[in-house]
Amino acid sequence: MLERPRIDRAPGGGVRLRLPREERALLRALPAQLRSLLDEAPEDPSLERLFPPAYDDAESESEYRALMGDELLDGRRRALRVVEETLDEDRLTAEQAQAWLTALNDLRLVLGTRLDVRDDTLLGGLSPRDPRAPELAVYAYLSWLQEQLVEALEVDLPEVT
Amino acid sequence: MSTLAPAEVEIDEPRSADEVEHDRPWIVIVWNDPINLMSYVTLVFQKLFGYDKSKATKLMLQVHNEGKAVVSSGTREKAEYDVARLHAHGLWATMRQD
Repeated sequence: MLERPRIDRAPGGGVRLRLPREERALLRALPAQLRSLLDEAPEDPSLERLFPPAYDDAESESEYRALMGDELLDGRRRALRVVEETLDEDRLTAEQAQAWLTALNDLRLVLGTRLDVRDDTLLGGLSPRDPRAPELAVYAYLSWLQEQLVEALEVDLPEVT
Repeated sequence: MSTLAPAEVEIDEPRSADEVEHDRPWIVIVWNDPINLMSYVTLVFQKLFGYDKSKATKLMLQVHNEGKAVVSSGTREKAEYDVARLHAHGLWATMRQD
């Protein structure tokens, strides 16, 4: 079955959203889950990829963390909020679309880390016996959505030749 | 620079190790990971560094095929700014002095 794309470029800027109700319900639930993880279990190993170290040495790294940590965290929370607030829209501004891009990527980073996703994880499809299958399906769905969003936003960038 | 004035003997004062250390540029490295989409990484390089699509794609492929690529360099402040922006976009970036 060929699925209709959910996101494409809107004439005049921004992107069009065409999300069926059940997908909107999923996209409403996921940001809330990530937010509570950030609030309640900031040391959870699945959050590792959201906050990679900048420096090798511990002293510089802790300075970087002190300087940038809150700002990076706030940016992620803002992006999740934008997704929740605009889920029912049929159109996103370019700015909202950027927030969606960040939020979708963050959700995939956390889910992918938890599922220990590798380059070839989804190549063979989902095995009905894999206990990770339901979450892998969500991961694959988010990847599919993000790919569409990247494609819709790509043309906004000036092409330098 | 040239001058007609009698040449003063220029003495190259030995620079302290600290100064030399300070001058060495910092490089920003992006590491390969199995989660970030190739198209997304390319878009982020274009957006953050103003690279055109072919340069951004080349860098993305270098990350993908070789495991890492140097994406920018400069002063420590600039490198840290670039790393933070890459982190905000979910890329696995680190920095070190070259």
